[in-house]
Amino acid sequence: MIHKHDLIIVGAGLAGLRAAVETSGSADVAVLSKLFPTRSHSGAAQGGIAAALGNEEHDTVEWHIFDSVKGSDYLGDQDAISMMCEEAPDAIYELEHFGVPFSRTNEGKIAQRQFGGHTKEVIDENGNSKRMPVLRACYSADRTGHVLLHTLYEQCIKRNVRFYSEYFILSLIMDEGVCKGVTAFNLRDGQIHTFHAKAVMFGTGGYGRAYRVTSNAYANSGDGVAVAFRAGIPLEDMEFVQFHPTGLYPLGILVTEGARGEGGFLKNKDGERFMKNYAPTVMELAPRDMVTRSIQTEINEGRGIDGRDFVNLDLTHLGEAKLKERLPEITGFAKTYAGIDPVKQPIPILPTAHYSMGGIPTDLYGNVLADEKGAIVKGFFAAGECACIFVHGANRLGNNSLLDAVVHGRRTGKTIVKYLRDAELLPLPKDVEKKDKAMFKKLYATTSGENADKIRVRLKEEMTNKCGVFRNEKDLLSMLDTVHELKEKFKNIHMMHKGIVFNTELMEIIELSNLLEFSDAIVTGALERKECRGAHWRIDHPKRDDVNWLKHTIAFKTDKGIELKYKPVTILNYQPQERKY
Amino acid sequence: MKVTLSILRFDPEKDEKPYRKDYEIDVDPSFRILDCLDKVKWDIDGGLAYRRSCSHGICGSDAMMINGKNMLACQVLVHDFKNKYIKIDPIPSLPIIKDLIVDMESFFAKYDVVKPYLIAKSQPPAKERYQSIEDRAVIDEAVNCILCGACSASCPSLWTNDSYLGPAAMLKAYRFVFDSRDDAANERLDVVDSPDGLWRCHTIFNCVEVCPKEINITWHLSQLKKKCAMREF
Ligand SMILES: Cc1cc2nc3c(=O)[nH]c(=O)nc-3n(C[C@H](O)[C@H](O)[C@H](O)COP(=O)(O)OP(=O)(O)OC[C@H]3O[C@@H](n4cnc5c(N)ncnc54)[C@H](O)[C@@H]3O)c2cc1C
Ligand code: SF4
Ligand code: FES
Repeated sequence: MIHKHDLIIVGAGLAGLRAAVETSGSADVAVLSKLFPTRSHSGAAQGGIAAALGNEEHDTVEWHIFDSVKGSDYLGDQDAISMMCEEAPDAIYELEHFGVPFSRTNEGKIAQRQFGGHTKEVIDENGNSKRMPVLRACYSADRTGHVLLHTLYEQCIKRNVRFYSEYFILSLIMDEGVCKGVTAFNLRDGQIHTFHAKAVMFGTGGYGRAYRVTSNAYANSGDGVAVAFRAGIPLEDMEFVQFHPTGLYPLGILVTEGARGEGGFLKNKDGERFMKNYAPTVMELAPRDMVTRSIQTEINEGRGIDGRDFVNLDLTHLGEAKLKERLPEITGFAKTYAGIDPVKQPIPILPTAHYSMGGIPTDLYGNVLADEKGAIVKGFFAAGECACIFVHGANRLGNNSLLDAVVHGRRTGKTIVKYLRDAELLPLPKDVEKKDKAMFKKLYATTSGENADKIRVRLKEEMTNKCGVFRNEKDLLSMLDTVHELKEKFKNIHMMHKGIVFNTELMEIIELSNLLEFSDAIVTGALERKECRGAHWRIDHPKRDDVNWLKHTIAFKTDKGIELKYKPVTILNYQPQERKY
Repeated sequence: MKVTLSILRFDPEKDEKPYRKDYEIDVDPSFRILDCLDKVKWDIDGGLAYRRSCSHGICGSDAMMINGKNMLACQVLVHDFKNKYIKIDPIPSLPIIKDLIVDMESFFAKYDVVKPYLIAKSQPPAKERYQSIEDRAVIDEAVNCILCGACSASCPSLWTNDSYLGPAAMLKAYRFVFDSRDDAANERLDVVDSPDGLWRCHTIFNCVEVCPKEINITWHLSQLKKKCAMREF
C-alpha cells in the first residue's frame, strides 16, 4: 500500500512532535511511530530542560554556552552550541504557552533547579573567578519529559496532525541521492507500507538498548540510525555513549540527576562522600562522565557497598517533604523496584547506559549530511537524539538533550517548511519494498536456526563490559569480533512465530539487526579513537589528545566494512582547556 | 523460583475465542511481571503479544489485568505476589486484537473529544504566563496521567455503556478546566456535563484503586461536577 504526504516524520518523541507542530500549518504532515506517541521515551525524562531564563538567580546565555562547550570536552561545535543556547529561552516560553505545567517560583515564574555541569561565574574574596552551580534547569517535579511530551502531543491533536501509530520503519527510500520516502510495516496488519513523500524527517531517538544496564526503553534500539546507515548515510561520533552515574541497582532505571541537584550525596562503603577526591569544588554536581567514572572507580577498587557493584545515593537528609514535592517519581521507583524508602534509606545505584551523543550527522538547520565535507542529502532531515548536530560533543550536559530535541525539532521544522515551498513529489524508484519483502519472506520461512534472545543478551552483556565506562584496546578488539560473529549468526536467525497480526517477535528481530548494525560503528569508532574525551575513556590512552583527536568521527558503511573519516570541530570563542571542576 | 503465569491467549488468525494457557517459568523474585512475560516470549512462545516500552511505569504501554486487577506489568514484581499462580488478562472492555493487546482507539477518541489542549484566549506575553504555586498545585495530580487506560477499563459504568467518556478523558478535561491559564472551561464543561459524561460516574472508585499513578480520579471528577453545578445556578 502506498501513502502520499508532503512530509513524513518518523518518531513521535519531543523532536518529532515539535517538528510536526512547526510544519503542520503549511504542509500535509504525517507522523509515523512504532509506539503510540505518548509512549515515546522522551516521557521518561525526569530532571529538566536547560535555559538561561534567570528566573531564580542571575544567569546568562553566555554561561550556558561555556558550560556546554566545556561539558562536551571541547568536541561540541561552538556555532551549534551557541545557537541552541541562544534559542533556548524562547523555545521554553513557547512550550509554556503551549500549556506545559512547569513547576513555579514564588512569583509564579517557571521554576529552575541546579544540574550537573551548569554553572555561574562567581568572583571570590581574592578576586578570582570560579564556577559554582547555577539554577538553570526548568522542571516539572521529576516528570519534566512526561509533561513536555504530553503537551506537544496535545498541540498535535489541536492541529489535527495525522498519526500512523505502531508503524515500524524498515528502510529509507533513496534514489540518486534524494530521499523520497520510507517503507514501514504496520504492526497491526503485518503488511509493508510505502510512504511516498517530498521530505522525510527522523526523530527516532537513541540507542542505549545495545547495553545490558540501561535507562533506556525497549524501543530505544537505534532503528533510525541503523536504517540511515544501511541507506548509505554516514554516522557521526558513535563511540560517544553517555553512562549516567545513577541507575537504580541492578537494572539501571534512571534516578535523576535532580536528586543530586536537590542536595543528594554519593557515598561509598565507608560512608565517605567520595566525590571530594575527584571534583572537590562541585562535588556531586560534576558533569556526568566524571561522576560516572568516579563511581565506577570506587566499585572497581572494592569500595562499593559490601564490596558489590553499587554505591549509595543518600537523600535521607533532604527530608520527607522535599522528596515528596521535588522527587516524587524516583521515590516511588526506589520503593517499587528496590524495596527502599529514600526518606529513611540510601538508594543503591550504578552507572547506566543513558544517552547517545552520536547519530545521523546534520548541519545547523537539520539537513542530513552525506559526508565529512558537509554535502547535504536532499529531502532528508533529522533531529533529537538520533541526530548528531554536534552540540553534545563527547559528553552531553544533563538537561541539554530535551533542549536539543525541542530547539532542533523546531528549527528543523522551519527548514522543512522552506524546503517544501518548491519541492515536488518525485516519482518513486522501482520495487521499493523489494529488500524488505525478501527479508520478511526469509524470516517467515525459517524452521530452525539461531535464537534471537541469545544473540541479544550476549551483545548487551559484552557491550556493557567491553565497550562501557572504561575501555581498552584488548576489550574493544574482542568486542569487534563478537559483533561480527553475532552478525554472522544473525543471518541464520530463527523466527518462532509465523503470525501476521502484531508479530512482535518479528519486530524484535528487526530491532536486533539494528542493534548489531550500529554497535559495529560504536566499537569501530571507539577502537580507533586513542584518547580519553568526555564519555569515551581509554585506560590505555589516559589523556585527551587535542593534537590528534580534536575531531569528529564519521563512519561510512562500505562493502569492505566500516570506513572511518574525520571532520574538524568548529571552535569560536573557547579554546580547549583542561576540564577541571 | 518457580511461578506459573496463566495467560489469556487469543490469536485472531487461529482462534475463535480467547482461551487460558499456563506457563511455568523459573524467575528471580525481583523480576517484574513484564520480565516474566519476556521470559515466556523469548524462551517458549515468540508469538505472545503485549505492548511495552519504558519498563518503569511512565509510558503507559502495558496496562493489563493481573489477578483480576488492572495494573502495569512493569510496576509489579514477582515477590509482591503471595500465590505464585498469577493470572494475566488483557484490560477488559476494549476489543482484544491479540493476546494482551487491546484496541485503544475508542479510548483515545474519547480523549480527543474533551479538547485536550490549552486554550488561552489572550495573546501570549513575551515571556512565560505566570501561575502561582497554589494554582499549579490544583492540577498537580491530573497532569501525571500516562493514558494507560487502566482506570477506564475498570469502570463498570463504561462496561455497560460504550459511549460513556470514562474517567481518563474527564480527568484530562479537569486538567485544563482547572488550569489557571486556560480560558475554555465552558467549552469543555459542555462536553462532560452530559448523560454520557460526568453524570454517569457513580463514584464506584474502581478507577482510583487501579490507577498506577495513584491519582484520585473520582475526587477530580467531583470537582468537575461541582463546577458544572455552579455553572447552572
Ligand atoms: C530515563 C531518562 C531520563 C532523561 N532525563 C533527561 C532530562 O532530565 N533532561 C534532558 O534534557 N534529557 C533527559 N533525557 C534524554 C532525553 O529524554 C532524550 O534525549 C530525548 O527525549 C530524546 O527525544 P527524541 O524525540 O529524540 O526521541 P524519543 O522520545 O526517544 O522518541 C523516539 C520516537 O521514535 C519512534 N521510533 C523509534 N524507532 C522507530 C521505528 N523503527 N519505526 C517507527 N518509529 C520509531 C518511537 O516510537 C518514538 O516515538 C533522559 C533520558 C532517559 C532515558
Ligand atoms: S488516570 Fe491513572 S489509570 Fe487512568 S489512564 Fe491516567 S494513569 Fe492510567
Ligand atoms: S512499559 Fe512503560 S509503563 Fe510499563
